[in-house]
Amino acid sequence: MSVLLLAEHDNGKLSPATARLVAAASQLGPVDLLVVAEEPAAIAEAASTLSNVRKVLVAKGPETADSLASTLERCAKSYQFVSANASTVGKDVIPRLAAKLDIQPVTDIVAIAAPNRFTRPIYAGNALETVTDPQPLHLLTFRASAFRPVAAGAAAPVETLDNSVTSVARLLAAHRTESDIPDLSTAQIVIGGGVSVGSAAGFQLIEKLGKTLGAAVGATRAAVDAGYAPNDWQIGQTGKIIAPDLYIAIGISGALQHLAGIQGAKKIFAINTDPEAPLMKLADVALVGDLFEIIPQLIAELEKLGVTKPTG
Amino acid sequence: MKILVAVKRVVDHNVRIRVRPDGTGVETAGVRMSMNPFCKHAVEAAVQLAEAGKADEIVVVSIGPKGTNDVILTALAMGAHRGILVEAEQKLETLTIAKLLAKIVAEEQPDLILLGKQAVDDDSNHVGQMLAALTDRPQATFASEIKVDGTTLEVTREVDYGRETLSLPLPALVTADLRLNTPRNAALPMVMKARSKPLAVRAAADLGVDLTPRLTVENISPPPERVAGKSVASVSEFAASVAAEVNEMEAL
Ligand SMILES: Cc1cc2nc3c(=O)[nH]c(=O)nc-3n(C[C@H](O)[C@H](O)[C@H](O)COP(=O)(O)OP(=O)(O)OC[C@H]3O[C@@H](n4cnc5c(N)ncnc54)[C@H](O)[C@@H]3O)c2cc1C
Repeated sequence: MSVLLLAEHDNGKLSPATARLVAAASQLGPVDLLVVAEEPAAIAEAASTLSNVRKVLVAKGPETADSLASTLERCAKSYQFVSANASTVGKDVIPRLAAKLDIQPVTDIVAIAAPNRFTRPIYAGNALETVTDPQPLHLLTFRASAFRPVAAGAAAPVETLDNSVTSVARLLAAHRTESDIPDLSTAQIVIGGGVSVGSAAGFQLIEKLGKTLGAAVGATRAAVDAGYAPNDWQIGQTGKIIAPDLYIAIGISGALQHLAGIQGAKKIFAINTDPEAPLMKLADVALVGDLFEIIPQLIAELEKLGVTKPTG
Repeated sequence: MKILVAVKRVVDHNVRIRVRPDGTGVETAGVRMSMNPFCKHAVEAAVQLAEAGKADEIVVVSIGPKGTNDVILTALAMGAHRGILVEAEQKLETLTIAKLLAKIVAEEQPDLILLGKQAVDDDSNHVGQMLAALTDRPQATFASEIKVDGTTLEVTREVDYGRETLSLPLPALVTADLRLNTPRNAALPMVMKARSKPLAVRAAADLGVDLTPRLTVENISPPPERVAGKSVASVSEFAASVAAEVNEMEAL
């Protein structure tokens, strides 16, 4: 029962999510990691050092959905499981592959009860669905934040695949949000800002608090739509799903669609002028007050306490 | 250009759903239903392309039980030209939905297929990608901007690392994200007019697709409940709680 897992990477670097995906996939069987990229060498090398990886398959080629699905289709026949991250890449390619192979996929898996029994959230995480999949080939995506990462291990062998696929869609431009802030979907601490932060300049205050704690920074859709924060900071049903040890929500009401993104958070702290805001009622620790007064004080207090930055 | 838009009828996104205590599903009896929000953005995109003179016909399709025609009427009121309801009483899996839509695509031969990026009930995010594969079209999912230049589309899409712009030759398939546009609320005269627009009803069973589900749903349960926390009175107490959490975290 072997598993093919598409490695998640960005901009020439293996994504930290991959170690979590390997942890999920290795509950099903021996894991072969597939790296597909225009420049795969460095990514493959990093991938080969994750423990629980049997071998790394490397394919040089385009990363658009149609070409990735073709690459995966050619590899799929040797496996009982073909899997990927429940990220924009995995969402793009696994259903496309599934239709080509006539398989109903199971996606956004948060728990594996048996190699054919999976749990996934529905209705924005307001319900959990457990399904049995009797098909001979299982096509899966895992929600990376639901799994603890594997550690580094002995280097796995790396094999090069011939990948002569072409892509119909053409990438014209990629706009990365450049920052040295930790990755939102795998960070241990996340600071989220709402529309009440009021401006992009206001978000610099949120970032400053983030820096103090070594945290990732996120935002509500309302804040993103208002142009205060980039779209890839969006947390929620239609944004990123996060599962940090600590989520600090600042000026966020706690709409259903936002809560969908933070259900995996171990602890939720909230700051809001309105004690009746749904998120304030849900929070482990709530502080009523104006964020513009509180955050500078909070940064000063944390510095005074010498709170160490975690490395995650 | 001819556009086909697929729309889904779901529990209204403002309704707080309740899981049935027996684990068989989510309570839908007497619950307000409406068009899946992402599908509304897809319809709006099609109507805007028609208004800009880039599209001449918009066909809207929905698959579901009797009563699903209300979301088709919503799309017709927004400006779609005609509707097709593929009637099926049973719950269908995403692959089955994609296969039924592929049958309609084979009949209608649209240049562009538009769908919402995901449905807010099953949250699957499958159907667009599946339909693209079944109809052998390139796809651009999570679209926040669509430009048409002759027979080429330029689509900007929201991806995890930021944004990217793809070029796709028609025929193609695009799924809509929330930032694509602001869907209109159809004025009453448009709602009245929608009733006189053609709406064909087809039985899913007649389209030559096996409707049997592949997966067995074992159980549907509510997520673990969070226990309510405490309210602190000062910034220093809040900071102390943050410090306590940080000290407890295991370094990765
Ligand atoms: C289909 C669909 C999908 C969606 N997906 C998402 C999603 O993925 N993620 C998401 O976040 N949203 C999503 N939304 C939007 C969601 O419904 C809410 O509109 C949004 O989350 C609200 O954001 P907010 O908390 O920033 O704003 P608001 O709801 O306006 O809340 C602002 C809060 O700030 C507080 N406040 C005001 N001033 C201050 C101050 N000075 N100091 C402290 N507190 C203050 C207020 O008391 C209030 O509680 C979606 C909506 C739809 C329809």
